[in-house]
Amino acid sequence: MTVGLLIPCYVDQFYPNAAIACLELLEKLGVTVVYPKNQTCCGQPMANSGFEHLTHGCDELFVKNFAEFDYIVAPSGSCVLHIRDHLHDEANPEKAAHISSRIYEFTSFLTDVLKVQSLPAKFPHKVGVHQSCHGQRGLHLSSMSELVAPEFSKPGSLLKMVEGIEIVHLGRTDECCGFGGTFCVVEEAVSSKMGKDRVADHLEHGAEYITGVDMSCLMHMEGILRREGSKVKVLHIAEILNGVR
Amino acid sequence: MTNELKDHAELAEIFNKDEERVDWHDETLWWIRAKRDKSVHQIPEWEALRETASQIKNNVLSNLDKYLVQFEANAKANGIIIHWAADGKEHNKIVHDILTQHGVNRMVKSKSMLTEELHLNEYLMENGIDVIDSDLGERIVQLAKEPPSHIVLPCIHKKKEEIGELFHQYLGTPAGNADPQFLTETARHHLRETFLTRKVALTGVNFAIAETGEFVVCTNEGNADMGAHLADVHIASMGFEKIIPERKHLGVFLRLLTRSATGQPITTYSSHFSKPREGEEMHIIIVDNGRSVQLGREEFRNSLKCIRCGACMNTCPVYRRSGGHSYHNAISGPIGAILAPNLDMEKYADLPFASTLCGSCSNVCPVKIDIHDQLYKWRQVIVKNGYATTAKKAGMQVMTFTLSNPAVYHTGGKIGRWVMKHAPFAVNNKLNPWYKHRDMPTPPKESFGEWYAKNRKG
Ligand code: SF4
Repeated sequence: MTVGLLIPCYVDQFYPNAAIACLELLEKLGVTVVYPKNQTCCGQPMANSGFEHLTHGCDELFVKNFAEFDYIVAPSGSCVLHIRDHLHDEANPEKAAHISSRIYEFTSFLTDVLKVQSLPAKFPHKVGVHQSCHGQRGLHLSSMSELVAPEFSKPGSLLKMVEGIEIVHLGRTDECCGFGGTFCVVEEAVSSKMGKDRVADHLEHGAEYITGVDMSCLMHMEGILRREGSKVKVLHIAEILNGVR
Repeated sequence: MTNELKDHAELAEIFNKDEERVDWHDETLWWIRAKRDKSVHQIPEWEALRETASQIKNNVLSNLDKYLVQFEANAKANGIIIHWAADGKEHNKIVHDILTQHGVNRMVKSKSMLTEELHLNEYLMENGIDVIDSDLGERIVQLAKEPPSHIVLPCIHKKKEEIGELFHQYLGTPAGNADPQFLTETARHHLRETFLTRKVALTGVNFAIAETGEFVVCTNEGNADMGAHLADVHIASMGFEKIIPERKHLGVFLRLLTRSATGQPITTYSSHFSKPREGEEMHIIIVDNGRSVQLGREEFRNSLKCIRCGACMNTCPVYRRSGGHSYHNAISGPIGAILAPNLDMEKYADLPFASTLCGSCSNVCPVKIDIHDQLYKWRQVIVKNGYATTAKKAGMQVMTFTLSNPAVYHTGGKIGRWVMKHAPFAVNNKLNPWYKHRDMPTPPKESFGEWYAKNRKG
C-alpha cells in the first residue's frame, strides 16, 4: 500500500516534527509513504474566505500530485474535509473523485484503514485533547456533545494505547478554539478571546500538554500559551503516538 | 443607530473591551446550552425527532403555495380576516389601518420577532401610536431603547442590576433593587394595567396549521393570551414559512422547540387561536418580506425551516463572545447571519464571515438547517457579487506582511505564494492582528520539505 502524505503549508514551515512523526509512524506500521514535493495547499484558506472560484489551479495541481496513490493521508482534519467536500477537476473528474474518497485524516486512517490495535508509545503526562471542529463535526472523528448519539473518539482510542498517558477532563469538551483560518485576523477580538478561554479550560484541569489532530488549532493555542508565559506545550497527536523525539 | 456604520468585527471588538462582561455573557448562554443538552439527552429519539421535523418543513417549503391557500381558506371559514403583506411597509400599514378603523392609538404587543424585522414599533410611533411590548424581556429592551439581542431572550445582554436601574428610572421601583422576583412582579402589575386598557393586541405566530386554519403561540409568561383575550381585536403577524400541514405535527415541533431553546420540556403556554369571539375581530397578516426570494435560492432556501428557538445562538462560541447587537440585524447569531444577506447583501456582507465554521449550530438546530454550510456558501456568493469587504480586509491587513521565507513554494506557483503571503501567523509584527494577543510560532531550523529531501530519497 502506498500512501501520499499531504502536509499543510504551515505544518511544513513551522511544525516539521508533526509531519515527521506522521511519516515515521506510518512507515513503522508497514506503509510505503511518499511526500510529493510539488504540493502546495489544499485551497481551503481561499475557499473559506469566499474565493472558492479561484481554487481551480490549486485543485488541478492537487490532483496531479495525489491521483496515483492508494490513499492520501494528512495530519489535518481541516484540509481533508476541504478536499473531500470541494475538490473539483473538470479535466479529470474520476481522479478527483478517487482522491476525495481515499483521503484520510491521520488518526482515522490508523483506526479505520490500518485498524491499529496497539502502539509502542509511552507518554507519562497529563494531556488535554482539543477536538478540532472540522475533524470532529466535519469528519466525525469523535462523537459531538450536541447530538444524542453513542460516545466514541478515534483519536481518543489511539491515545488510550499510549502507556502512562493521563487524559484530563475538560469543562467544555468540544468548544471551538477560535482559529477559523482568516477568522483569526478578521475577527481578532473574538478569535483570541475564544483561544484564551479554550486554553484556560485545559490549564484549569491540569494539562501539561494540549494535543489534537489539527496543528492549526494547536498553533493558535500555542500562541496564547506563549503570550501568557505558560509552560504548557502543544503537540500534534502524531508526535505522541509515534513517541516524542 | 450607530451600529449600522460598523461591521461585526468592529462591534465585537468594542464588546470585548469589557472582558468580565464577555465572560458573564458567555457563561450565561453556555448555561442555557447545557440545560438544553441535559434535556435533549433524556429523549432517546431526539435525533429522529429532528429528522422528522426537518422533513415536515422540507415538505412545507416545497408545497408552500398549496398550504398557504389551504390555511387561508380554513382560517377564513373560521371567521378570521386574512391579509397578505409583500414587505414591512405593507405589513405596517395594514396594522395601522386596523388601528385607525377602530379609532385607537394604543396597542399591546407580544412574541413577535417578525415585527422587529419589519420595524413596526418605529413606524407606529411615527404615526402617533403608543406600543407596549408585553414580554418582560422585550419590555426591558424597549425601555432601554435598544433592539433585542437574542430572539428568545431579548435582554440576555443586560445584567439584573442594569434592569433594576431601568425599572427605577421608568417604573419607579426603589433605586438599587435588582431582585429578579421583585422586578418581575412590578412589571406584571404595570403590564396588567396595559392589558386592561388596550383594545388591540398584536402577537406573533409560532405555528400556523394549514389543515385547521388555527395558529399556535408559545409563551412562558402567558402574556400573549392575556393581551389577546382582553383586547377586542387580535392581530397575528406571521412569516409565511410558519405553516405546518397538520395539527398532529405539533407533536413533533412542540417537543423540539423549548427543549432546544431553554431546556424546558415545553413552554408554559401553547395557546391555540382558531376564531374570534362573538363581536370581536381576529386578523392574520401573512408576510413575505424577502422570504420568496430566499425560497428561490436553492442553496439557502432551507434556512426558512427555522422555528426561531435560538439554540444556534446559545451554542455559538462567536455569538456568546460578541453579543447579539454585534450582528446589527433584528435576528442575530448564526441564523441571522444566513438570513440577513438575503435581505441586503451589501449591508450584511460581514455576517457570514463572523464564524469559524465550527458547525455546532447545525448540530443543535432542531430542524437540521445546515447553518455552517450556508455560511460557507454565502461567503462565495458575497465575494462573487463584489461585497467582500470583510474578506478583502483580511487580505489587506495581512498583505502588508511578507513571509520570511517566500521562495519555499516556488514550484507551487501562485497558489502557494497566495497562502503564504496571507498566512497571518507568519511574521512577527506589531501591526499583525494575530500578534495582538498571540505569539508567533518559532520557525524551526528546517522545514519538513527540507528534512524529507535529506532523510528520504525524495
Ligand atoms: S436556525 Fe435552527 S437552531 Fe437557529 S433559531 Fe432557527 S431553528 Fe433554532
